[in-house]
Amino acid sequence: MSDLPKYLAQALLYGAFALFIGVFSSWPPYHQLQPDQALIKLSIKHHGKLIAECRQRSAEELAKMPANMRQAADCKRERSPVAVEVDIDGLAAYRHLAEPSGLSKDGASTVYQRFVVGAGPHRLAVRVNDDARIAGFNHQREEAVTLVAGHVLVIDFQGEGITLQ
Amino acid sequence: MKLRATLDSGSRQAYRHLEHGFDAAFDAANPWRHLGALAFLFLCLVLATGTYLYVVIDTSVLGVYRSIGDLDRAPRSLGGLMHSLHRYAADAFMLVTLLHLGRELLLGRYKHFRAFSWLTGVPLLGFAFVSGVVGFWLKWDQLAHFSVVASAEWLDALNLFGVPITRNFLSVATVSDRLFSLFIFVHIGAPLLLIFGLWFHLQRLAAADVFPPLTLTLGSCATLLALSLLAPVASAAAADLSLIPAALAMDWFYLWPHLLMYATSAQTLWALAALLAIALFLLPLLPGAALAAAAAVHPEHCNGCRRCVEDCPFAAIVMVPNPKAKTQLAQVLPELCARCGICAGACPAASASRASGFVTGIDMPEAPLATLHRELQRGLERIGERGVVVFGCGQGAATGQLASAEVAAFSLNCVGMLPPSFVDHALRNGAAGVLVAACRPGGCAFRMGDRWTAERLTGVREPKLRTGFEPQRLRLVRADCGEEETVASALAEFRRALEQPAADNKLSTRMASNV
Ligand code: HEM
Ligand code: HEM
Repeated sequence: MSDLPKYLAQALLYGAFALFIGVFSSWPPYHQLQPDQALIKLSIKHHGKLIAECRQRSAEELAKMPANMRQAADCKRERSPVAVEVDIDGLAAYRHLAEPSGLSKDGASTVYQRFVVGAGPHRLAVRVNDDARIAGFNHQREEAVTLVAGHVLVIDFQGEGITLQ
Repeated sequence: MKLRATLDSGSRQAYRHLEHGFDAAFDAANPWRHLGALAFLFLCLVLATGTYLYVVIDTSVLGVYRSIGDLDRAPRSLGGLMHSLHRYAADAFMLVTLLHLGRELLLGRYKHFRAFSWLTGVPLLGFAFVSGVVGFWLKWDQLAHFSVVASAEWLDALNLFGVPITRNFLSVATVSDRLFSLFIFVHIGAPLLLIFGLWFHLQRLAAADVFPPLTLTLGSCATLLALSLLAPVASAAAADLSLIPAALAMDWFYLWPHLLMYATSAQTLWALAALLAIALFLLPLLPGAALAAAAAVHPEHCNGCRRCVEDCPFAAIVMVPNPKAKTQLAQVLPELCARCGICAGACPAASASRASGFVTGIDMPEAPLATLHRELQRGLERIGERGVVVFGCGQGAATGQLASAEVAAFSLNCVGMLPPSFVDHALRNGAAGVLVAACRPGGCAFRMGDRWTAERLTGVREPKLRTGFEPQRLRLVRADCGEEETVASALAEFRRALEQPAADNKLSTRMASNV
């Protein structure tokens, strides 16, 4: 019997394998956002204020301490949690209290959130409180932004204030 | 339980049909029977092309996109081909690895003596995913950006790292060459771990099928080369962290977990991944049918020849010093023993024609060769001179219903348990012919039974048949479980041929091609 049908069948099956690999290595495409959407990313890494004021040690106290440990300020290491609120177009989009990291709660608080919004103009209000000793918010920013479709706007907290990029 | 068993056997039956269909086109090079070896082949391709790419491209954040772009602009140059081949071989690697896993799962090959191979296989899948996903990051195009951010968001959901990793990917300025070197380190490190793990994976398998047959190797390489020439891989636009592209050409072999995460949540993906890992690792512990007793050595008849060691498919036999003689002695490691009996078929001491009675150096306690020998003796007396003896495989096509006034049929646990001396014995003690029904090439439930049987009966492997009878009195037929018809018609045809004068030469040629 001729082997031709066998070879044809093999060629066909190898072809099907190639087709499967070739097709699913790039198709169907994925749409992360609808064509008329944009993304707002809230990403904050910030050390809250120390929770207690530092206390000044007296001269006698310092004298009693070993020489290598004499430091005038006696500070507790614990930091304030960081409260974050985001309103988009006047509606509450996010409310979060980020605890400081680390076993002694002396590390940074971090916040990460994605908001998918329609492209176009939006009113953003971002409020941050990084000091547990005060009520309300000690940092705020309100801004009207216009987002192009596919654009990623990053809300961050850098230096001493809220930034929008 | 009943329902599960029915579903199981139904899906196995369906799978066998598929495999048999491929047998018709590929013969012994059937890809379904060499999935592990194919995975290894594609891994080798990926390693070779990856090494080339690593040498020629500029692996800095700013240089990598440009230098891969240079390759893509000449897709049919050596560099361009290497890029496409690396990607397609990586995709093929994942595909056949998943099929390999699925096949072992479907055929129930994950318990008892196979638990080690199964458990060492599971981490390989993890390494393969890590290698592949991180590979996409190295291109530093939009797809890389998407995958990096999705992976970072996934890792951050566990809150293991003090600093969220996502913060590294907010703007291009935050991605440093050092971070990029880490990607490369992981992309090369994970495959090294994979190869290391593969060494364990194959530890318990004797003569592991690591290299596919030559025709399958050439066919697979040619297929990927043709695909690379016809549809070269293209990168997306350069990564711009402030933009999300409207559509991303998605690689569905490696990147689908990202999409699953966005369709659900990072926590859900973690839970699913953990569940899957736990399920895969616990599968071998699932309760199931108990195993029969392991093979047992009869020290007084073991002459230390090592044939059982060489033929055991699962490396379950070792040689130890024989306290009573200068020779060595076989010793079975029961936890590795598959209970196939292939060792008994290999034992040259298992002589069926000894006047002092049947002995063997190694045997299966619950289905000993001595019993088969007795039954064969009785069968030979019953069927007379025109009769035929059929030796079948308990894992393959059932042969029980073939028995008749002139046919004595025996089913062994695995046809590999048949010592060739039993065939000799039957032919010299009155049977007109012997039909041996083995599983299709590569179809042995114990890996090697069909192959060793064919080699023993054709005199390529010890123990060999004694010569001196007409070759047309022995026939080997190949039939898997469910192909009882094939054996029945082979038997009918064999018996017709035996009735004809012995001068019919065509028969002996047919026998040779059958084997
Ligand atoms: C299990 C092993 C491996 C897998 C699954 C794998 C997979 C991948 C994938 C999917 C890509 C993206 C390809 C694309 O679409 O362009 C890639 C890129 C890359 N891989 Fe690998 N790879 C492996 C091993 C290696 C090794 C060992 C090296 C180097 C010694 C290497 C070097 C590279 C380089 C330089 C790139 C970037 C260039 C490119 O995109 O083609 N890979 N890899
Ligand atoms: C990373 C890729 C992998 C490669 C390259 C690979 C390769 C191989 C090879 C070459 C064999 C020997 C086949 C034979 O001689 O019969 C084998 C056997 C086996 N593999 Fe894999 N494997 C991989 C992943 C896996 C995975 C993910 C699993 C399942 C979780 C798995 C489960 C098994 C089992 C159970 C056997 C034993 C088969 C038998 O006893 O008949 N492997 N593998």
